[in-house]
Amino acid sequence: MHDPAFTRRLFLQRGCALASLAATVPCFIERSALGMLGDPLLSSNPGVPDERILVIIQLGGGNDGLNTVVPFGSDDYFRARPQIGIRGPGAAPQNGQPAALALDGARGLGLHPNLTGFKELYDEGLLSIIQGVGYPNPNRSHFTSMDIWQTGRLDAKGSGWIGRYFDNTCNGTPKPEAAIAIGRNAPLALEGDVQKPVAFENASLFRWNGQDLHGSLKEPYDTLNRTGAGGFASDAADTQKAFLMRTALDAQVSSDRIRAAVAKPPLVPYPGHGLANQLKMIGAMIRDGMPTRVYYASMGGFDTHGGQLGPHANLMRQLSESVLAFQRDLKEQRNDARVTTMVFSEFGRRVKQNASGGTDHGTAAPMFFIGPAVKPGVWGNHPSLTDLDQGDLKFGVDFRSVYASVLEDWMKSPSEKILRGKFMNPGLFKAMS
Amino acid sequence: MGNPFQAISKKDFDYGAAQHLLNRAGFGGTPAQVRALVELGLDRAVDYLVDFEGERVSNEGIDFKSDILREQTPEERETLRRARVMNDTETIARIERERQERQNADRAQIGAMKRWWLARMIETGRPLQEKLTLFWHGHFATGYRTIENSWHMLRQNGMLRSNCAGNFADLARGIISDPAMLKYLDNDENRKSSPNENLARELMELFTLGEGNGYTERDIKEGARALTGRTFRGNDYFFDKAQFDPGAKQILRRAGNFTGDDFVSIILEQPECSRFIAFKLYRFFVSDAPVISRDGSETIERLAKSLRENRYELRPALKALFRSQHFYARDNRQSIIKSPAQLIVQTVRSLGTPVRSVDRLVEAGDLMGQELFQPPSVKGWVGGRSWINTATVFTRQNTTVFLITGRTNRGPTGGTNEPYDAMHLVEHLRDSAGVLDARECVRSVASFMLGAEPGPARIAELERYLESIGGSPNPTINNERLQALLCLITAMPEYQLC
Repeated sequence: MHDPAFTRRLFLQRGCALASLAATVPCFIERSALGMLGDPLLSSNPGVPDERILVIIQLGGGNDGLNTVVPFGSDDYFRARPQIGIRGPGAAPQNGQPAALALDGARGLGLHPNLTGFKELYDEGLLSIIQGVGYPNPNRSHFTSMDIWQTGRLDAKGSGWIGRYFDNTCNGTPKPEAAIAIGRNAPLALEGDVQKPVAFENASLFRWNGQDLHGSLKEPYDTLNRTGAGGFASDAADTQKAFLMRTALDAQVSSDRIRAAVAKPPLVPYPGHGLANQLKMIGAMIRDGMPTRVYYASMGGFDTHGGQLGPHANLMRQLSESVLAFQRDLKEQRNDARVTTMVFSEFGRRVKQNASGGTDHGTAAPMFFIGPAVKPGVWGNHPSLTDLDQGDLKFGVDFRSVYASVLEDWMKSPSEKILRGKFMNPGLFKAMS
Repeated sequence: MGNPFQAISKKDFDYGAAQHLLNRAGFGGTPAQVRALVELGLDRAVDYLVDFEGERVSNEGIDFKSDILREQTPEERETLRRARVMNDTETIARIERERQERQNADRAQIGAMKRWWLARMIETGRPLQEKLTLFWHGHFATGYRTIENSWHMLRQNGMLRSNCAGNFADLARGIISDPAMLKYLDNDENRKSSPNENLARELMELFTLGEGNGYTERDIKEGARALTGRTFRGNDYFFDKAQFDPGAKQILRRAGNFTGDDFVSIILEQPECSRFIAFKLYRFFVSDAPVISRDGSETIERLAKSLRENRYELRPALKALFRSQHFYARDNRQSIIKSPAQLIVQTVRSLGTPVRSVDRLVEAGDLMGQELFQPPSVKGWVGGRSWINTATVFTRQNTTVFLITGRTNRGPTGGTNEPYDAMHLVEHLRDSAGVLDARECVRSVASFMLGAEPGPARIAELERYLESIGGSPNPTINNERLQALLCLITAMPEYQLC
């Protein structure tokens, strides 16, 4: 599929037809046109939906990248972090902290001792680590830096990058459940001008509370909301009312569907903490074949200004266990090939530990990608620990390049318009057919 | 071919028309308020809503602090400088901590401002004033998270409110002298030596002419030069003469040594500007349907003409619009998707429910996609269908359940058990013996809440509920049963329209 000749041939075969459709025809027609042409770009495993899924895990507060992917081979690391530095694999525990897990001995890199799940995934060729990801003129405010990551813009303004992806793929009427965030509020990343994300904390809230007032309300409520546009045959025109009827119907259907999906026990056991619960719900929705393309989970607590060893180790354990369980679940479902998980944080932390055994807001940090589609390994150079910008790491990979690869290679969408600029695609995914 | 902008005949201003006017030019009202408007007649009803100055505003005068984010004093700057030189980490950390505390206090203050504004919409005697202020907030969209200064947001809100029904030229001039906007669109960095085009571009694209309507990239570049030096000091607009580019400019086919105010004047001379503002008003007050009808286009054209003929005075245009045939046309009744603010405020104002918790309501507005003082981007809220998805449908339905009953997903009263007497909506239906007919109640309440009587199949569903609780085709209507009925009606997709 990455064969340029093949792509060119494909373009020649159908370039004209698609170009003339793209500008004017609503997306569902365009899609059926693709269907009629029998698009070989879409995989065709019988019984498995074609659409690829992106799962985003946000680590809120600024994860300490240097204690996540540990540069134990560098003396500068231990000089900057005498109390909180993590020793290389095989070393005796220090300050109650076990040694790092082996990752890439030649480069002197290890994983936080609690990332045992990540280590397993790495050994199986399912984990990709991109080092030193950041952006120019780093902003050290949680708020602003998170907005920068979520909008994909250095001025942190406007819609979210995933929201723009959806706005660009189908103009006009938003698609229900194209993007689902688990949480109270939908993240900015999923917010488009037209496409708005669906967000809920837990599926039991995704329902009408009025039915609890009186048992006899449920039936008329259902009928009134499930009529759909069909109940308004005279409303054949695409009026706002017809749209509301359709969405009300969609809402009832997905409420039932989502609640039924997450009520089923998962195929593998998940640990009991927050992120694991979110991923368990996401796993259930993927298993159910929901049409959702992007899921968003998040985990907070990474703002480790003081006494960070214990709390950070705990966070690492939760992250690792949750992601491992999720990946095992997807494999058990046979959906693993169509899901890629991305892990990011708004910034890393200062190289030097502070006086309270913690670290202050920093800049560049590693990102993680998980799934059979990613090129496994450790990519990019570890940022220098001595050539610093106000005590912080200099980034080597612009996060927007990473997004470009996700959009182009995984979501199969041009990235330039979405990212408002051309970013070098580092090619994070395996070529696939 | 009739003129859709012509006024309807006075006799056509019936209950349904008056309710439509009150919904669109305000946030709806009780049956008694609708009847009062009918009594006034078309002209006086429109005047009453548009010439609102005489009406009361209840929650004015709340104390907000203007100096939470004041700039550092020279002494403080000197202390910091010395601490840096001496590598006095303790002092540096203290100053950083104090800055952080001020920022936290400011974030708390913007939260209080959101509550203040929503409460004001609920309580005001001048609904159109708040509705227009909200309209202009979405038009001249500025977000707190970018500028992080609550006082500047409030100051802008005041500027928009005091000019909301005045002259569009004052709004346009006001916005290029507004600290919040100047910061939001980086005009504080628009200097003679390195012009920043952000404000010039959005001024034409989003605030006055509309995207691609008769201006070029060159006009943006030249316009940006005219806007150089417009910045702020502390809480006030400041013209930094040293940063202003006084040279010759060519903007929209005119040449001269233009200033920012000249730039605005030149824009206002373009007929495209009147059309764009008419279009935006039309989308907000008349129809948000994806396709604009022929009468709709004609109405926009005539509304634009009214703006031009009245030198951008808004009141004459609004009054003509609120009297026009097109405004009251059947297709435009119950056709706009309520914004979250409209849904909340109209439910309280028309059903007379308790407010219960302004805090909760603000949060509900956020969840439904309308965070006050935080439009999603400089384009403002897109509105229409973008308000609705499978999650906001439930948030909307559950917010009205909360207003009517106090119930949340956390339990029956969710922390508020203020009583609500819904019976006032049906008192006038009692017969001479004081008895209420259940079917008549259903019909009357549904028609009132949905703006028109729903079809027989819909009514039958509502009646089915009553029958099933009362065990008879005509059960006794009491407050509890009526509240449940209101919840059911607000959960109908039709209720999302106004």
